[in-house]
Amino acid sequence: MVDIAVIDYGMGNLRSVQQALHSVAPHASIAVTDDPQVVAQATRVVFPGQGAMPDCMRELDARGLRSAVLEAARSKPFLGICIGLQMLFQHSAEGDVPGLGILPGQVVRFAHDLHDAQGNKLKVPHMGWNQVHHAEHPIWQGIAQDARFYFVHSYYVQTNDKSLVQATSDYPQPFVCAVARDNLFAVQFHPEKSHAAGLQLLKNFVNWNPV
Amino acid sequence: MLAKRIIPCLDVTAGRVVKGVSFVELRDAGDPIEIARRYDEQGADELTFLDITASSDDRGILFRIIEQVAEQVFIPLTVGGGVRQVEDVRNLLNAGADKVSINTSAVTNPQLVADAAARYGSQCIVVAIDAKQVTPGRWEVFTHGGRKATGLDAIEWATKMQTLGAGEILLTSMDRDGQKIGFDLALTRAVTDALEIPVIASGGVGNLQHLVDGVKQGGADAVLAASIFHYGEYTVQQAKQFMAQQGIEVRL
Repeated sequence: MVDIAVIDYGMGNLRSVQQALHSVAPHASIAVTDDPQVVAQATRVVFPGQGAMPDCMRELDARGLRSAVLEAARSKPFLGICIGLQMLFQHSAEGDVPGLGILPGQVVRFAHDLHDAQGNKLKVPHMGWNQVHHAEHPIWQGIAQDARFYFVHSYYVQTNDKSLVQATSDYPQPFVCAVARDNLFAVQFHPEKSHAAGLQLLKNFVNWNPV
Repeated sequence: MLAKRIIPCLDVTAGRVVKGVSFVELRDAGDPIEIARRYDEQGADELTFLDITASSDDRGILFRIIEQVAEQVFIPLTVGGGVRQVEDVRNLLNAGADKVSINTSAVTNPQLVADAAARYGSQCIVVAIDAKQVTPGRWEVFTHGGRKATGLDAIEWATKMQTLGAGEILLTSMDRDGQKIGFDLALTRAVTDALEIPVIASGGVGNLQHLVDGVKQGGADAVLAASIFHYGEYTVQQAKQFMAQQGIEVRL
């Protein structure tokens, strides 16, 4: 039985996530795993993801991990990262695929031809360090308002359930970059690549005991 | 708002960081792990490692460097040099790279860019373009560390790479590299205006105003520099403070 299971469904490199968790929780046992049993028995679960959402959904199902993810998202401290946030929602415009449907809302692409207030072209993917305007939640403990986190994505989530929203960022319009419900927290940015603020977030997750 | 990124670049050969002038005359700049840690402490937004010899002997050394840096430095790491097949991309990602930069092989085998992006996502595929001005307003792509002309127009080539799935372009002016006279701003502007994906300006930074010019005049999304940081002329923090004073959004 492990303290933290990082779900590996074959989409990219999870070493960064593992190393960042190890640095904030040096005594925790951390498993990068595609075994539903290990996920089921873990105390906490991290659900990362990169690449394209249709591939992520397909690979998740190919490894028989869907029910383990659904169960973990319902029952224990759960942290979604990047595509791991997007997959929690009902539908994605990326490849027009259904998500896991744990949270209400959809994943949409940033518009083409975005510009900032000075008229400069804004690139997609939204890549780099952006400010995060956050609400009150134990996961934000010790993290300054408007702290910068590292993002890299072309799609973002939209939801009508405002109670889910734990943070927004601007590009140039505000978009949701963190959501939470009960034992579940998910972020669009990459805490494992966001230096001190990112490590603080992971530390808060490791210490988080939602009721 | 999104910050402009400052990216120190570490050219690595035989386990050491080196820096040349216009791609030759290499000078030793120190131990890559030590340097990476220093830039991380100074607030670098990302780090780029280029294996400039990319011989098979050096390969193992590079992997160990990346592994060790990735254990201690929690910012994005881009690694390039000698990436020839999807397998190379995978191995670098597994060693701890977040993005892999493809240069010569993108020209010899453009399908590699498409395959790597399809397999690992555009977010981790950087296409590096070494460009040299041939006539005013026209730049040609060079490969093999700047030794081989390709006949390709740099702007058309960058556009094609975006279409094939590159997530970002690392654009180096060979005319300016190591010269410390500033970026080729016309080149930077032409490429960034033509693309929807981010462009990293590279080649020629000699002072902090050059970084500002790259963003303001060149329109770069990120600026890459080596020598001004390696030899202690400026810290990354000083560069960011200067840019912030000039009204550029940076992560301080």
